[in-house]
Amino acid sequence: MGYGPHTPDDRAAMLAAIGVASVDELFADIPQSLRASGLELAPPLSESELATHLRGLASRNRVDLVSFLGAGAYRHFVPPIVDQLLLRGEFYTAYTPYQPEISQGTLQTIYEYQSLLAELTALDVVSASHYDGASATAEAALMTCRATRRERVLVSRGVHPHYRETLCTYFGGASLVADEIPLVSEGPYAGTTDLAALERMLADAERPVAGVLVANPSFLGLLEPMAEAGRLAHAAGALFVSVVEPVSLAVLASPGQYAADIAAGEGQPLGIPLSYGGPYLGILACRDDLVRQIPGRLVGMTADLDGKRAFVMTMRAREQDIRREKAASNICTNQALCALAAGIYLASLGPHGLSDVATLGAARAYELETALAAAGAPRVHPGPYLNEFAVRVPDAGAVHARLLDRGVLAGLPLAPLMPGEPSLSDALLVCATEVTTPDEIGSFAAALGAELASGAAQEATR
Amino acid sequence: MTVTGERLVPTLFERSRPGRGSTKVPHPPKDALDRIPTEGRRKDGARLPELSEPEIARHYVNLSQLNYAVDTGFYPLGSCTMKYNPKINEWAARLDGFASLHPMAPDELAQGTLELLWTLEQALAEIGGMKAVTLQPAAGAHGELTGILMVRAYHRSRGDFDRTEVLVPDSSHGTNPATASMAGFKTITIPSAVDGGVDVEAFRAALGPRTAAVMITNPSTLGLFESRLCDLLDAVHEAGALAYMDGANLNAIMGRFKPGEAGFDVMHFNVHKTFSTPHGGGGPGAGPVGVGERLLPFLPSPRVLRERDGRGFRLERPHERPSSIGRVRGFAGSTGVLVRAYAYIRAHGAAGLCEVSDDAVLAANYMKARIGGLLDVPFTRPCMHEFVASSTTLKAETGIRTLDVAKRLIDYGYHPPTIYFPLTVDEALLIEPTETESREVMDAFVEALGQVVAEAHTDPELLHSAPHGTPVRRLDEATAARQPNLRWRAMTGSQTPCPD
Repeated sequence: MGYGPHTPDDRAAMLAAIGVASVDELFADIPQSLRASGLELAPPLSESELATHLRGLASRNRVDLVSFLGAGAYRHFVPPIVDQLLLRGEFYTAYTPYQPEISQGTLQTIYEYQSLLAELTALDVVSASHYDGASATAEAALMTCRATRRERVLVSRGVHPHYRETLCTYFGGASLVADEIPLVSEGPYAGTTDLAALERMLADAERPVAGVLVANPSFLGLLEPMAEAGRLAHAAGALFVSVVEPVSLAVLASPGQYAADIAAGEGQPLGIPLSYGGPYLGILACRDDLVRQIPGRLVGMTADLDGKRAFVMTMRAREQDIRREKAASNICTNQALCALAAGIYLASLGPHGLSDVATLGAARAYELETALAAAGAPRVHPGPYLNEFAVRVPDAGAVHARLLDRGVLAGLPLAPLMPGEPSLSDALLVCATEVTTPDEIGSFAAALGAELASGAAQEATR
Repeated sequence: MTVTGERLVPTLFERSRPGRGSTKVPHPPKDALDRIPTEGRRKDGARLPELSEPEIARHYVNLSQLNYAVDTGFYPLGSCTMKYNPKINEWAARLDGFASLHPMAPDELAQGTLELLWTLEQALAEIGGMKAVTLQPAAGAHGELTGILMVRAYHRSRGDFDRTEVLVPDSSHGTNPATASMAGFKTITIPSAVDGGVDVEAFRAALGPRTAAVMITNPSTLGLFESRLCDLLDAVHEAGALAYMDGANLNAIMGRFKPGEAGFDVMHFNVHKTFSTPHGGGGPGAGPVGVGERLLPFLPSPRVLRERDGRGFRLERPHERPSSIGRVRGFAGSTGVLVRAYAYIRAHGAAGLCEVSDDAVLAANYMKARIGGLLDVPFTRPCMHEFVASSTTLKAETGIRTLDVAKRLIDYGYHPPTIYFPLTVDEALLIEPTETESREVMDAFVEALGQVVAEAHTDPELLHSAPHGTPVRRLDEATAARQPNLRWRAMTGSQTPCPD
């Protein structure tokens, strides 16, 4: 099954116009020694067979469990208007808007996305989009090195482990250094970024720091001392990068409020499906004076020949197709359609709706905390959180696996992702959002209670 | 920047009225945030716009109508492969089992997606003649970075720290040299030979113990198959360097040429080109990377693994393979895009993909034959899926430049070809019809181009001032860059545009 329109007559007419007898002649430039040995793939499927096959594969995924899993990707209610509008062929089958006269739709939606995210982050400049939260965070770290001409960044261990690993991969290539700031191990600030350690690391005059990266809420769901971390970074001449979750910005202090220079984060919660990891939306925002350092496309407002308002990709001298090896990044293709989804989502929720999403998630999370504590799984950390937190569960990995059989996806066992944190060796990271129901919380607590009781019973018989 | 004229569509912010909007989620209890200390709370609410749903629907539909798109017309945009995007792909990516699957879900809940990803890896490896494929990179450029970081890891694993250079031909995509820089390498640009192909002798002269890799686009950005590839690859490997293939132009060669068999060590695939996932106004795409034996240990983590004894599929555990370059992104990949690519490959099978390439090449040669009488065609050999034309003669005769031709084509209802790329051809137009455009569409385009060329002689001003029929005309890009306005700020007094 192909999608091409050519009939045998069409092909014959085209060959005649070219003046060759067969298509094979057009490939004469491929040396004999380089010709492919053959191509073996599964046989083609008709559209109806393909639909059945794909439905079969999709049904082999289990998405019916009661889920408390977040850890960087979140379930939210997405108003149907988002996808209905995304499916306009004029949006999703359009190319990058290099020809502004016939791309004002895409250009204005990107400008609006930049503006909406500038409001949420309280920063000035937002890139048209990056790949995802992890790569945007890595690019933010690279920005700090370019802007300060220093070669070392400090990354809190409270930043998502995938982001830290991605940053390391990017930094390895550029021969830059990324050191991790430890977390406070005990006391009222347990689990948050260790400010005393940060201060010590910043004081190393031999190894000046370009940027300090802290996530709020952290990977563990905790609210971080952003203002203080930013002050320490600035005092040492470093830039401060805030790794954010955009829905939370409706109610939590914005990066602009605590004087962050750059914000990076994952835009998936803004109306983008989970889809096993992507396509997502890398958010990257900065202060005005860093605009020459920000990688990726930017759309600006301008006027056309007649003075009419128009939008255009701008400041392109930063980009790879103009600057080649001197570009700010190699990024070309971005996540424009995901940025469009985020724009429609934000327009659709509005300021009060977004605040309700964040607040209701917090309310459900508190109910979850109370229910899990009553079931025998108290929180690991004492500090404030928004809608995600760690709970202590003996033998967390095994309990998590057994709860799957009871129809509950009990968040994420933290030990494999946070090695070297003894307090997390028996912990689950759980989250609630506005779509979490009291019934689901009840099911989770009951199932966990039953598991813990049977575990305790086994322990007793041993 | 002064906007004095009308505005096409008011922004969301201009449409906003306090108090508008609809209830999308239940109202939360009032005390829900009491446990969060004041300093952690947002002081002033985000000034997001407030609109009713009908206004939002109309806003975006009106905006969409200002766009050109594959679904509205012909996009002969060289190097971009703007083929039709099959609708079943969109349907498939939205199936609840795919779309609602959490990226951290345990493997046993993700068997359908993992099987799809594993099978897609195998299919791409077969198409590219590669040993293995990673699906993680989010775009072609991201794939390039992944590939070149693997090259770096390979040399270092051999104790070879002196290879600090990457060679690229001057006709390469800008992403190639930008990637080399990002991965810590110095770019050495090699001029092309007069026939547009790689200059093997120039490469040979530049190759040496400092060369880490050579990045080649094949077919080249001129739409030509690199006929001296054997010599080049031999020279690269003799110098101890690795060969990277930019797979942007794979649409021409499926079933006829396998980069891995020919000796390339690493390549990327642009699924949003060859495998029909839509461009989305700039993305998302995906840029899987295929590798040969030598780079296998360095593939990014996590890989998708098939367990023995039919026990299904799983993702590699954190740090399971210490030789890996590590993660290049969060989670497993742009799975939603990869579902679309998988659907496309399963719809075609081997013979179907061969036919795609044959038809793409046939269409490009057909257009080249027909356009030859209108514009210069610098390279007369059979082209692959795209070809370069040039307005050099037209410019000498009429003063009309490629930019003017491109802008005037818009008035005839076409998206212009890629212009001024590759950089090695004066006044270039890079034309790629793809296999999904009918002969009637291509004929009509050639006819329109003929009229534009005629107008260049009879009424050049018409072209200088084109386009005429678009919602906006040529834009003040200089001011946009000099006084950037990158976000909405409420305007006052004389800044306020005229009402619509």
